[in-house]
Order: sequence, then C-alpha cells, then structure tokens
Amino acid sequence: MPDTISSNDPSDGAYNYAYLDEQTKRMIRRAILKAVAVPGYQVPFGGREMPLPYGWGTGGIQVTAAIIGRDDTLKVIDQGADDTTNAVSIRRFFARVADVATTTRTEEATVIQTRHRVPETPLKDGQILVFQVPIPEPLRMLEPRETETRTLHALSEYGVMQVSLYESIARHGRIAKTYNYPVLVNGRYIMSPSPIPKFDNPKLDRNPALQLYGAGREKRIYAVPPHTPVKSLDFDDHPFEIERWTECCALCGSTQSFLDEMIVDDAGKRRFICSDTDYCQERQEEQRR
Amino acid sequence: MSDIALGLADPAHDSQKLFRAVLDAFAHPGRIVALTQGPAGVGPLSRAATAFLLTLVDRDTPLWLSPDFDVPAVRDFVRFHTGAPLVAREADALFALLTPRRAPLIDSFAIGTDPYPDRSATLVIEVPALTGGPALTLKGPGIESEARACVAGLPASFAEEWAANRTLFPCGVDLVFTAGSELMALPRSIAVEI
Repeated sequence: MPDTISSNDPSDGAYNYAYLDEQTKRMIRRAILKAVAVPGYQVPFGGREMPLPYGWGTGGIQVTAAIIGRDDTLKVIDQGADDTTNAVSIRRFFARVADVATTTRTEEATVIQTRHRVPETPLKDGQILVFQVPIPEPLRMLEPRETETRTLHALSEYGVMQVSLYESIARHGRIAKTYNYPVLVNGRYIMSPSPIPKFDNPKLDRNPALQLYGAGREKRIYAVPPHTPVKSLDFDDHPFEIERWTECCALCGSTQSFLDEMIVDDAGKRRFICSDTDYCQERQEEQRR
Repeated sequence: MSDIALGLADPAHDSQKLFRAVLDAFAHPGRIVALTQGPAGVGPLSRAATAFLLTLVDRDTPLWLSPDFDVPAVRDFVRFHTGAPLVAREADALFALLTPRRAPLIDSFAIGTDPYPDRSATLVIEVPALTGGPALTLKGPGIESEARACVAGLPASFAEEWAANRTLFPCGVDLVFTAGSELMALPRSIAVEI
C-alpha cells in the first residue's frame, strides 16, 4: 500500500493525511451529506479533540479536514482578515498536515474556512465556505434544554424566536440583534448563521457556493446547499435591514463593504477600514494601476 | 481470501477525491459526477457503487444488500474492506444497495425521526444508465431554478413513491443512482415532477 501520510514534513509522519484518521473522516463525511440533504438541520457528530482549544475553530477545522485534498487551495479568514492569529495558524496547520496550497485571494480558493465573516467578493459554483460555529442552536438563549429545542425544530415551532425579536422591538424600537442574526433556511429550519454581522446575511441567500457549518464543542454540523433560499427573520412593519455607514473605507474608498472602526490616536480620532482584507487590497491594487 | 477484489489503491487520497465528487452530487442534485478513483466494479456491482461503498461505509454503518447483490463476491468484499455489518432487515440499514426492479422501491427503509431526521438510510440504486430515461424535473436546494434527470430503468411508480417520501420531510431516505463509473444524487429535499 502506498504511503498515505503527508510527506512534506517528516515530523508529521505519525499523523494521517489531514490530521484526522480515516474512520473519523468517514463519520464526518456522512454527517455532511445528511446536513446537505436536510438544509439547516443540525446533524450531531462525534467531534474529536483537535490540537487547539474549543472556540478557536475546532468544528470548522474538522469539517475542512474531512473535505480537503491535495488539489485544493485553502483560504482562512478571521473577522474578514487573512493575517490574524487564528487564520494564520489554521492555514499553516493545513499546509503542514494536508500538503495543501493556500491563498489569501477569495477567487483562487476552492475551500474557504471563515470565522465571523462572509467574503465581500461573490463566491462561485464549486467553492465551499466552511464556517466556525460557537453555538449552533439558534434557540439556545431562549430555551436551554436540548430536548426541548430539538422538539421545537421537529415541529417547526418557532414562535419563541419571533417573540424574542418582538421584545427587542418593544424595548429598542427596532430589532437590535446585529450579529448571529437568525435565518430561515429553505422555509423549514431556523438556523444560526454563526456570529457573522447581519450585513453578511443577504450573502447566504441563494449563494452558488456550498456552505458548511461546523461546531466543535457542541458537536454539530449543518449546511446550506447552493442556491438555497435563506431568509433573515423579520416582521412586515419591521423589515430586515443591514448595517450602513456614512463613511467609506479609509484605504480603498469602498462604500459597499463591512467597515471596522479604528481609534487611531489618544484624541479619539476614528477611521473606518474594510474588514475583508483581501477585498480591500484588491481594490487598492486596482486603483494603483 | 485471494478471491477478494482490491480496494482503494491510495485510501486517504482516493476516498477524499471520491467524497468530494459525491458531495458535489449531493450539493447539485441531478448533476452527474464521475467516480474514477476506485477499483473496477466488484461482482455485479458498478464501479461507482463500489467506490461509494469504499468511501462512506464502515463498521458503524449497517448495510443491506438486495438479493441481486447478496452474493459471496460482494459480501466478502464489503466485509473485508469496510467491516460493515450486513443486515437482513431493510429497516436496520443505514446504507442499502438495490436495483430499481424492487417494488415498492424505497419503502421499508429507515426514514429517521422528526427530532433526528439524520437517522435515515441512504439507498444506492444501480440503474442501467443515468441518461436516456424519461425526463424528470428536479427542484429544490442545490438547484438554481430547475434541473433535469433522465435516469433509465426506474419504475413508472417512481415519481409517486418519491412524492410520498417528500411529504415525510425532514424525514425520508436519500437516493444515489449509480451506473458504470457515474453517480447522481437525489436528496430528500428535492421535488420531482414528470
């Protein structure tokens, strides 16, 4: 039998390709297929210990490890940025254990693992977006018992979620939730889109890329297949709205992207820049040409 | 033991490529994908069905073989390469291998429960060809507007049986059609019209 172990680094000789053993990968792969067959439903899976702590993307990493191959090009972002600690370490992890090419360019990537953002550059058919999910259950803050939330999903009984949004309107005059904003997938399951800003919710709707969501601590995998309707919950008289800024990006001038606010001096001077570093750099390079 | 056919030549990488093809098929119902990394078909099995089993079936997944496939060559191959328990009752299986000649075709398999719709069976149906049959129109997740499937050899009652499976959603079975080295998936979320 040929050597199935990544040979790019001799120190990794004790590990199987892509870190997980084949039995675990098959189990995760079966869970992914169920997740695709029932969009928005959280499939339980036997989450493994990964070489980084819970909260650092163990769910996303397990999903990526189960799908990734040597032909893939991987991009990893954390809050939109390719150069943050979490993104750099996960990218290096897969370059080392899966012998995979990495990129920061959204267009070049076949697999994009993300924490808390959807890239600004539109995704294409064939790309896979893997989300790192801390709390997969959208009803968890309203109903702590897993047996109950499971029944609510089974019966499609989502009144409690609508009530929580109504209470937000009663208290704040609007739906005050700005991230992890609940969505209805294909008219059936309410799903947590992971802590992306609600700015990104419209990008989930009918996206041509496949979306996979992995929650490591909670051991759940769910999915949104390409072109699947994803609706952000709202009311007729309080329609869903995304964040808007009066400023533009200080680096590339974009008025279309999600902006991070930076305090740049002790006097409290503020600047806004794109959260998506690849999108911002592409635009700056274009302007220089 | 020498009669058992070879499995995947390069298990980690071959199964990864095969899985991505299967995932592509599940994410795009009606799309025909090629499973070429696996060995030649075993006994009466097609190459695609053989590759599918080697990719996804193992000791955790009870497998049911229809009488057409319940032959020593297949049994020994599955036991040796995957370790999957072969079960006698359809309802006990998580994967099943059958031909479209069965009537009713997809009844009597596990459909999961409302709280756990994932505890359901995936049926691998060996058909003569994935093209050339009567046209079916597919709509649902993974399909932009509508897709066409022309699977050959399906019984006339298929659309009716599938409609009944659809009404069970989120419960129900998922189908995989195989012919030669090609595969097409039909997840339970997809509506089929003639």
